[in-house]
Amino acid sequence: MASCASSGFRSSERGYPVGETASAMLNLLGKRLLQLIPTLFFVSVIIFSLQQLLPGDPALIMAGEERDPAVIEQIRHQYHLDRPIPVQYLYWVKGVLSGNLGESMRIHVPVLDLILQKLPVTIQLGSMAIVIALVIGISAGIISAIKKNTIWDYAANAFALWGISTPNFWLGIMLIFLFSVKLGWLPASGYVPLTEDWRASLASTIMPAFVLGNGIAAILMRHTRSAMLQVLESDYVRTARAKGLYERTVILKHAMRNALTPVITLGALEFGTLLSGAVLTEQIFTIPGFGKLIIDAVFNRDYAVVQGVVLVTATVYIVLNLLADIAYVLVNPRLRT
Amino acid sequence: MADITVNTKLIPAKDVPETLLRRAMRRLFRRKSAVLGLAIVAFFIALAIFAPLLSPYDPIAQSWTLVRQPSSASHWFGTDDLGRDILVRVIYGARASLLAGIISVGIALSIGVPLGLAAGYLGGFLDSLIGRMTDAMLACPFLILAIALAAFLGPSLGNAMIAIGVTATPIFVRLTRGQVLAVKMEDYVEAARAVGNPRWRIVFVHILPNIMPALLVQATLSIAAAIIAEAALSFLGLGQQPPEPSWGSMLNSAQRFLVNAPWMAVWPGLAIFVTVLSFNLVGDGLRDALDPREVGRS
Repeated sequence: MASCASSGFRSSERGYPVGETASAMLNLLGKRLLQLIPTLFFVSVIIFSLQQLLPGDPALIMAGEERDPAVIEQIRHQYHLDRPIPVQYLYWVKGVLSGNLGESMRIHVPVLDLILQKLPVTIQLGSMAIVIALVIGISAGIISAIKKNTIWDYAANAFALWGISTPNFWLGIMLIFLFSVKLGWLPASGYVPLTEDWRASLASTIMPAFVLGNGIAAILMRHTRSAMLQVLESDYVRTARAKGLYERTVILKHAMRNALTPVITLGALEFGTLLSGAVLTEQIFTIPGFGKLIIDAVFNRDYAVVQGVVLVTATVYIVLNLLADIAYVLVNPRLRT
Repeated sequence: MADITVNTKLIPAKDVPETLLRRAMRRLFRRKSAVLGLAIVAFFIALAIFAPLLSPYDPIAQSWTLVRQPSSASHWFGTDDLGRDILVRVIYGARASLLAGIISVGIALSIGVPLGLAAGYLGGFLDSLIGRMTDAMLACPFLILAIALAAFLGPSLGNAMIAIGVTATPIFVRLTRGQVLAVKMEDYVEAARAVGNPRWRIVFVHILPNIMPALLVQATLSIAAAIIAEAALSFLGLGQQPPEPSWGSMLNSAQRFLVNAPWMAVWPGLAIFVTVLSFNLVGDGLRDALDPREVGRS
């Protein structure tokens, strides 16, 4: 019974009628979706306000070298800069809602197209980083919890502290020095798409993926260790041990399954860390992804692209947060009420 | 009523955190890692303050005869691509990093704590409004929002600090609000309310001192994050501008000379790592020392 109360995979096993659970879930989903409306509103206000921080006249900045008053006036009219700020905001939101995030001022390509073009690269890099983070973080966390207060535990904790304290751009530079400059094993920069040559693609992304996954592995290790320690002290693990089960079965079948569920949902919230890390990692390894897009846009003063990237990032983060929330509630019956 | 008055006189609220703090400090100093962290932080603060006295060379003076020299007796950490002493630049770089860490967390505290106090204590519509604004800011990944803010404000160390401070604010709003909700129903707050204290006095004299420990832990850990963020912004060219030294911008130029002068990348990176590690050690130590579950073990 203890196992039922503290874990939770399938609702039918816990004696919750399926219809009731579905209705509770729909209620929860509805409530969470309603909460999203003001959050998204404020996100849009923050991102729109960024433009207002620009010193001077935005039309002049957009015009760049162009100093013809007629051209500047046309820009002002085209981007509704001659209208009051609330009206400008409404135009901007209207555009965003219809999928128009503006146009790159430098290369005159729709911002959304640019983002969609760069996104697969970052998704590949991010997925590899997540796999690396999960493998290292969860293994280290489990070993640390099982071998509490031993040299393994101290080593895993030291690894976590190292991962959290190491700036990933420094780690990236040091790895380039070791694996590219000294050993010549991996390319120092550049990107080969998976579809072109999967070996070369893996070779070009393994080092940046490790750099990106390292910090997240450290965070996951801490979550896993604390969740495992909690689970290992629970009644059902004690019962499983008392039944005479092998320690390996107790750990893998009883403890790990229950400890990892919250860890994985918490891991979804590390998406922000992943994207922030991608900005620096892609810059160091010259990978033409989402992160490099924002930095290039910053230096080209392509503000529409900067706004677009922040907006897409925030929206994806909000959606992932919602999914993580729902997943967490789905596997934890006590939170459904 | 009389009982409540007597209780507040017997245990003045302002004394409670002092006792807690003293006990926490005792526990903190028992943790070797935290003491080591504190010592390293103190060392870097001393470096930053006394940089002009400790540095035998000018951090921005260039010398074409000393370009990319490896470590030697006269230049312990070697020299950079413009012949500047790396050790001296690392020492001066501590100023930018520590200043950015402390000032940006100061900005985050000074905006976040009042908003969190208001949201937690007053509740209602204001709480919902502040809560949704906080959610919105937390939805934008920390560094991406800081980059965007720094880009729109213009690249400089001051603007980087503002960008990091504003971006770190929602963490303090959320933490303060949660802490206020946890203590506002405590007996001593009820007592302060019952004897007719005005709201501002209850919040600033009775609640704020009692939530300080949690804020202190978060502030310490946030300084570590802010130092990395400043270094990242300077690395990207959005923080401290050349020729002024900063660990992040030193790494940026080091990247181009990795084959011929790898020492240019080693020292500033190591300085960031050691400083951030020290703040994390102090933060972890403080968190354990202030954890109520640890009280019985002290």
